Amino acid sequence: MKFYEYMAYELIEKIKNKELSIQELLEATFQRIEETEQILHSFVNLSKDKALKRAELLDNELKKGKKIGKLYGLPLANKDLISVKDFITTCSSKILKDYYPPYNAFVIERLVEQEGAIHIGNTNMDEFAMGSSTENSCYGTTYNPWDISRVPGGSSGGSGACIASGQAILALGSDTGGSIRCPAAFCGVVGLKPTYGRVSRYGLIAFANSLDQIGPITKCVYDSALMLEFISGKDPLDSTSVDVKVDNYTESLKNPIDKKILGVPKEFFGEGVNHEVESTVRKAITKLESLGTEIIDISIPHLEYTVATYYLLCMSEASSNLARYDGLRYGNMSDNLSGDVYDVFSRTRGERFGPEVRRRIFLGTYALSAGYYDMFYIKALKVRSLIKNDFVEAFKKCDAIVCPTMPSTAFKVGEFVDDPLQMYKADILTCPVNLSGIPALSIPCGFDSHNLPIGFQIVGDYFDEKGILNIGFQLEQELNIYRRIAPVTKRGK
Amino acid sequence: MNNQNNDVIIGLEVHIQLTNLKTKLFCSCSNDYRGTEANSHVCPICIGLPGSLPVVNKKAIEFATRLAIALNCKINQEFWFFRKQYFYVDLAKGFQISQYNKAGGKAFADEGNLAIKLNSHKKEIILNRIHLEEDPARLVHKGSIATSPYTLVDYNRSGVSLIEIVTEPVLSSPEEAREFLKQLKSIVQYSGISNLDLEGSVRVDANISLKGYERSEVKNINSFKEVERALRHEIIRQKNMLKRGKTLIQETRHWDDKRRITISLRTKEFEADYRYFPEQDLVPIEINDIFIQKVKDKLPEMPSERSRRLQRDYNLSEFDSDNLVLDKDIADFYEDGVNSDASFGPNEYKQYCNWLMNDILRWLNEQNKIIKDSKLHPHQIVDLIRYVNDGKITSKIAKTIIDDMMEGFSISEILEKKDKKRISDEDFLKKLSKEVIEENPKIVNDCRDNPKAIEALIGRIMAKTRGQADPHIARRIILDLLKQFGLIE
Repeated sequence: MKFYEYMAYELIEKIKNKELSIQELLEATFQRIEETEQILHSFVNLSKDKALKRAELLDNELKKGKKIGKLYGLPLANKDLISVKDFITTCSSKILKDYYPPYNAFVIERLVEQEGAIHIGNTNMDEFAMGSSTENSCYGTTYNPWDISRVPGGSSGGSGACIASGQAILALGSDTGGSIRCPAAFCGVVGLKPTYGRVSRYGLIAFANSLDQIGPITKCVYDSALMLEFISGKDPLDSTSVDVKVDNYTESLKNPIDKKILGVPKEFFGEGVNHEVESTVRKAITKLESLGTEIIDISIPHLEYTVATYYLLCMSEASSNLARYDGLRYGNMSDNLSGDVYDVFSRTRGERFGPEVRRRIFLGTYALSAGYYDMFYIKALKVRSLIKNDFVEAFKKCDAIVCPTMPSTAFKVGEFVDDPLQMYKADILTCPVNLSGIPALSIPCGFDSHNLPIGFQIVGDYFDEKGILNIGFQLEQELNIYRRIAPVTKRGK
Repeated sequence: MNNQNNDVIIGLEVHIQLTNLKTKLFCSCSNDYRGTEANSHVCPICIGLPGSLPVVNKKAIEFATRLAIALNCKINQEFWFFRKQYFYVDLAKGFQISQYNKAGGKAFADEGNLAIKLNSHKKEIILNRIHLEEDPARLVHKGSIATSPYTLVDYNRSGVSLIEIVTEPVLSSPEEAREFLKQLKSIVQYSGISNLDLEGSVRVDANISLKGYERSEVKNINSFKEVERALRHEIIRQKNMLKRGKTLIQETRHWDDKRRITISLRTKEFEADYRYFPEQDLVPIEINDIFIQKVKDKLPEMPSERSRRLQRDYNLSEFDSDNLVLDKDIADFYEDGVNSDASFGPNEYKQYCNWLMNDILRWLNEQNKIIKDSKLHPHQIVDLIRYVNDGKITSKIAKTIIDDMMEGFSISEILEKKDKKRISDEDFLKKLSKEVIEENPKIVNDCRDNPKAIEALIGRIMAKTRGQADPHIARRIILDLLKQFGLIE
């Protein structure tokens, strides 16, 4: 068996039992990356030398009987918008071409410094996390390891692809409107978007700060629970992180779920949802029923407004969050410095931001402008609270909501590049979760006729990551497809 | 419509730095940027590095609460910070974290008032609101902005706490504005939140209009002293415009403190749209009654209360006590002094006040010092008053030793050192008096008709002794001699 056919928790046991050294694991990891990276392009920058040195160091510590953290040197791929000290972090944008953060994000401190994971590199993404396909990257597209003519989803496409193809064991993503769950669904891996405030955003480069949340992308639910345990909790440096008890997620995975009531929202199976996706998800729901859960019909009546609401809000916030990129203090300034400071700022931003980022900054600026603010921004906030309320009502009736993650399986590279609206619509089943701030898990539940993975979404109440991981784990065991490794080959056109 | 006696309408927006805070508003960098190496007090948060997040300094909330209470404002119990968005080199994030009282936002506190007195006429200045925000970075130029070949940015100031105090447009003259700022400065000092004597700790924007005409907003007034000057200039400019039959337009003007004129920056249609919206990296700030009460309980006596108490306890006039309390350090000094001598009564209280508010304050102003920086001890003035009242030195001599007192020397030391003990040796003074009478026959002659002429003779004796002769003894001896010589009755 190859190292990447093992789950993270299994590799930890092997390292603990001295069946495998951390150096062997890391060397094999970079070997796998070398074999596949030219095809997939999951990474934007690798940290090979440093990672191998760290592996050697950790092996030595381990030999001496020292504690090296609970992740035992497992290779961690990091999305290119989570700050790693002294490692180039660019958000896949030209404007941050030369940016080396002088500090670690909270999650990096926890996973790498505290628990001993090894950062192996940063993964590709849509520029500033704006996209659902990883095509909007200044480094070029990442390809789906199940079919390299297709996108891996986005915006955390590199993280999704690297886990699916065995280039890494653990990965971090960020989810603003579905950016963890979409690539998890398209790449056939497990993606978790925690409750807003569950994981500190300190060091996460903001796209839309009221929606962004960091989460794990892993091969299985157990690994997801393991990572979540380490990255959850109140961080004094993130005022929006919440001081709610962190559950022992891994321990509760095996709890029976036969007392649970699961809600199936009819709107999530509506127009636009692919038939194969629908039937596969419904089959998985039947499996859950066979495990003893009660399945009920529920309604999220405002779902049809979520895409419009989501895009108004995320663009408004983005227009503000991205205002700091003027090239003056860090990053990359235009080569042409003629004119006054406003000329240089405008030219820098015009040249260094990609077209999708520019579009969102324009639209967001417009929505926040005097005379339009009430009509767009305030209105969107009102609808946001209606959508939130739909979920609050739903969770009075059920313990979790089950539905598809994406309306379709992975689409072709280039298919929607010129049709942003179609691309935006792909977020319809994921972005209501961000608008509400609740957690959601995507796990693979089957494959379509093109052998492309289908994502199954389990949405939980505020801070009930424990509940959705429990349901996800039980379903995963029942379906038993989680050990499949993507072939990394080209398929039919 | 060329009315030369237009009523003047002034509203002020006063920005004060909370210089007494230890750290900045949203990070733990030192707040004390003055005199530091450029860009040495910075961190990912205050230079707005990607991924950094603000965390509210709780002490800043407490300081703002103190001021809001002192200014009788209504504190909002829950509010969001807002982002005020514009591009400029001094703004690290492309927005300033501030507050906004529209678009669903609330100020830190609304309303409020501050009483002023001008020529013994009392007036209540109504406030609109106060709010809390972060200071942008400091721009450094070589020489003037216009001629500097570069602009350097020092982020040490970026993120320092500012409080903005907005008045209603109720001030009707530059003098009223001056009085308002004088009282505001006093309250800020008493609240313990800031030292407004520090360079750059104050910035004022002023809205000025003549009744019935458009207003202009004058920005960049960087000290309280400049405000009166800028307002005077702007009022004259507006009146002159009307005199010449020109139209006043709503515009933003810049106070050029070198040339002492206002210059048009932009007119209304080019006003920036700041696209205010909530800062969601912070949670709403909650200020409950218990917190407010706690702050209130710890708040020291404010100047107006103190003035009333000083009138009561020390029998001072309203005028004296109002002046005395204006600077808290001076008032503390006064109370330390007068309370250190149990034998002091109303006369001494008044004398102490006079010495402090006249001679000592004049000395401080001339030296451009504050009382805390001088070596003067409150008890020295007590000694001074005792020496004078006991007849050991004259008031005139007392005034000549202020310089030495300010250096911290005790009065006995000074008198010893300078040998300025009063000359009361009768034989010596008799000899001197004889000389003076001989040397000034004309004055002596005048003494026959004018008893006051004798003062001139005493003056001559004082001159010969460099002020050290005891004037009482000198007078008696002169009178005796004049009588003895039969020059007067």
